[in-house]
Formats: sequence, structure tokens, C-alpha cells
Amino acid sequence: MRSATPWPDVVGYLVEATGETLYMVGVSTVIATAFGVPLGVWLQLTAKGGLRPNPAAHRVLGFITDLGRSMPFIVLLVALTSVTRLIVGGSIGSTAVIVPLAVGAIPFVGRLVQNILSEVHVTVVEAAVTTGASTLRIVRSVLIRESLPALINAIGVTVIALIGYSAMAGVIGGGGLGDLAIREGYQRFNDRILWSTVAWLAVLTTLIQLGFTRAARASDRRRHASV
Amino acid sequence: MITVENLTKSFQGVSALNGVTLDVEAGTVLGVVGPSGAGKSTLARCVALLERPDSGAIRVDGTDITALDGSALRAARRQIGVVPQGDSLLRQRTAAGNIALPLESAGVPGPQRRSRVGELLDLVGLTDKAAAYPDQLSGGQRQRIAVARALAANPSVLLADEPTSALDPETTGSVLTVLDRARAELGVTVLVVTHDMGVVRKICDDVAVLEQGRVVEHGKVLDLVGEAGSRTSSALLPAVDLNPINESSYDRVADVVLVGFAAVGALLPEASHRFGVELNIVGGGLTRLGETPVARFRLGLNGERSDSALEWIGEAGGAVQRSLKGPQGVAA
Repeated sequence: MRSATPWPDVVGYLVEATGETLYMVGVSTVIATAFGVPLGVWLQLTAKGGLRPNPAAHRVLGFITDLGRSMPFIVLLVALTSVTRLIVGGSIGSTAVIVPLAVGAIPFVGRLVQNILSEVHVTVVEAAVTTGASTLRIVRSVLIRESLPALINAIGVTVIALIGYSAMAGVIGGGGLGDLAIREGYQRFNDRILWSTVAWLAVLTTLIQLGFTRAARASDRRRHASV
Repeated sequence: MITVENLTKSFQGVSALNGVTLDVEAGTVLGVVGPSGAGKSTLARCVALLERPDSGAIRVDGTDITALDGSALRAARRQIGVVPQGDSLLRQRTAAGNIALPLESAGVPGPQRRSRVGELLDLVGLTDKAAAYPDQLSGGQRQRIAVARALAANPSVLLADEPTSALDPETTGSVLTVLDRARAELGVTVLVVTHDMGVVRKICDDVAVLEQGRVVEHGKVLDLVGEAGSRTSSALLPAVDLNPINESSYDRVADVVLVGFAAVGALLPEASHRFGVELNIVGGGLTRLGETPVARFRLGLNGERSDSALEWIGEAGGAVQRSLKGPQGVAA
């Protein structure tokens, strides 16, 4: 049994791994949002009772979305290797992990967004229709703006989920906190690294959750305006 | 003005509108009433251009708007201000922001938008609530903001679908006042769909009664109340037969409807004086339709010239609805 890793080294490991995690999760969240929100909007518009009902198109895209969501991330990670190589020019490292993370998160975000948008009351949407607003304007000013607090929370949920997925990034050399806990901590019986990583992950996710909750509340006009 | 011509609409084979024809003159208020399931909402949704009728036409100032698409449809929608049934305001926008929505759709630039929103807030009497969010407003205030929003883009027609259904009597009054002002100050043609005859009583010039997807009665409220047996008269006029009367103590018994200050105030004493008959009011009462006093009385007459007196009342503008005792159909 080796002597425990000195604390300054543990902190060094954690800092580096945190950087990798935030990089992978941050970039893939941005990509997943950029594609997932339009996907959710489209699913909602084409749904029965939506602004542009199109049952056939809705069913096809809905099926693909759910197929994407049902794929275990670790499978996606290895299955997408060639796609990843095509996009980022390599198939290992943190950057290479971003591709499967984003691809896995897009359908996740899409369904979340669709559920949230469907909560906007039909009377409110129809009222906007009767003002002669275009579909694009209704999407922006009504559907998205009215559900912005919930959408921000959904992005927060996505970030936390992606932190979880990114733990598997070690498989293709992506690094990050999950990888640190598994390879340096668990597989090398280094309890100090294992448990400090676990504790730090708990703190980090709590902070991120807190940040998104705050942002969601700040975007909610219903609470804090004075009459 | 708006005309609805022979409108039909059915859902999965069940017919909701069965050839509805209506017209609302410019600057007047039409109330569309009827029991639930009569097709009121479907008619409202068709006029709001949220539902496409199976056949028939809806003309605003002569142009049929039922078959439009794309930007022409959106432009037509701006011609018809809609106060939807239920809560319809954006909760993430202030009152002023909600009123501005149609102006944004119409591409009105910022400064003009703000001044127009100010005018409308003034019209609905909520200038001090410009920065309030819907959750901070009462139900009546929210509905007045919805009216202001419907009027923002200067529509020629205002459609209100059950505008008072969720409100208590007091706030109902404030919303109806706002609709009435819209007509009076902006010259808008107003179509109110409602199950509440109180709305007809307070602000409607005309009324259309819908039953099973058909218009079964349509005309001026003040004309229809004088028509014996009309649905409008039985819904709006005081009941005449609350107290049983002893018919044998009168030579003639008849119901009359009197419309307007002059008729209500002077016609009966005048008739009594002219024909030397004793004229007793034995039932009924007085009410008000809009600004107009309207009475429906059950009269008991004694005297030789009772029939002549009733005839004269009919000629002088009263509607003698029926003679319960004595010759029938004295005057119409």
C-alpha cells in the first residue's frame, strides 16, 4: 500500500479534471441547446394541436428523438468514433468526447423543450395568433419567452446529466472528474482521490444547479415586479 | 361592418354551425346568445379566423376573409380584434407589453407603439397599471387589458368571446363599459358571444339567438322585446305573471310593452284619460336596456272603451302583446 497522495497533488488533479469536465460539458451543452431547442420547438409545432400540425413528420422525428434518447451513452461514445474523427479530426481526448455528448444530449433537450412548450396555455397562443403574429414571432415572443424560466432549468438539468455522462469519457481518453475518480481513485485504490473527487462533484453540481435556479428565477417576471 | 353568410362547420360529422347568417352594422354591438352547445364558440372561432368554416363567407367591409392564407391571413387577423375566452395574457409581459403585441406583429415602430399603448391604457382606465404583470392584476383588469390588446392594431371589428364568463357582477360591469367605450369612441363594430343575457341588456344594440347551429332570432333588441313570444323578450323583460290576478274583476286584461322614456312615462295615463277607462297595472315591471327604460305591464282595464284604449296604445308605439281576456290580437 502506497502512502496517500499529498493534498496539493490532489488539488492539482482536481483542478485539471474540473477544467476538462467543464470544457466537455460546456461545449456540448451549447451545441445540444443550439440543436435541441429548435428540435423541441419543431416537435411542438408539428404536434396535434400545435401551430403547424403535421402528424407524419411529427411521428418520424419523434421516433428518431426517442431512439436517440434510449441509446446508452457508452454505446454512443464508441459507436460514433468515425463520425467524431470526421468532425474533430481525431477520436480521443476531451474534444472528441464533445461529439457523442452533444449528440446524446440533443434528443434529451428536444423532448424536455417540447414538454415545456406544451405547457404554454392554448388560449395564450391563440390570442397571439389572432393578433396576426407570424409563427416565428409566436415561437419567440410567446412559446419561448413565456416558458423561459422552465427552459433555463431544463438546460441546468442537461448540464448535470452531461456531467454524469462525461464520467465515461475516460474510455476514449477524455479525462475529467469522473475519469479521475474511476482511474486514479477506484482502479488504483486511491481512496483520497476517489472521495475528494466525489465530494467535489457534489459541490460542483450543487453550485451549477444553484446557478441555473437563480438564473431561471431572475428570468421569471411573475415574481418580482412591483405594481 | 361584418357579415356572416350561411356559415357551416362540422366536426367529425357532427354539425356545429348549420348555415349561420348574421350582420353587424358598423359601430353597433351585436350579442350572440344561446344555450351551451348551440355553436357560439365555433362561430366565435370562425370569426376570429382560428377555425376555417366548411362553407359560407365572413365579410369584413365587403371582403371575404375565410379563404385567406399566409400574410393575407395575418393581415385579415389584424382587422379583427379578439378578446378570447379565459386568461389570454402573456404572464411574462407587463400590461403595456401585452397591449403592444399586435403592434409588434404589424411592424409599428417603437415610439408610435408606446404612444398607442398609452392611449389604449387610458381607454380601458388602467394607465397606472402599465408596468404591472398579469399576475398582479385582478380578473377584470386582465380582461380590460385583453380588450385593449384586441383594439391595439385599430381593427374594424372587435370580437369578444364570453368576455365576462369568469367575472363577478361588479367587474363584469367594468369590462362591458370598456367594450361600450370602444364602440362609442373608436367606432368599432363589436360582436359579443355570451351566454349571459345581462351582457345583451347592458350593451347590445342587436341580438342574435343561436340554437343548434342556427340563428333562430336576429334583430334590434328594442324591436325584439316588443315581439310577443320572442326569446329576447322573455329573457329580458320583467315577468308579468308573478301574482295571480282575479280576471273577473276586469273587463279586459292585456300585456303591453313600452319602450323609451316617453312611452313608459306618459302612454298609460294618456290612454286612461282619453278613453275614460280605469287602467290598473296588475303585474310586470320596469327595466332598462342600455340607456332605454323598457316596461312590460299586465294591465287590467275597466270601461266601455277598453278595446279602443288598447288599440290606441298600440298605435302610439306600445306593443300590446296579447289580450288575455276579451278579443284577441287587438294590435300588434
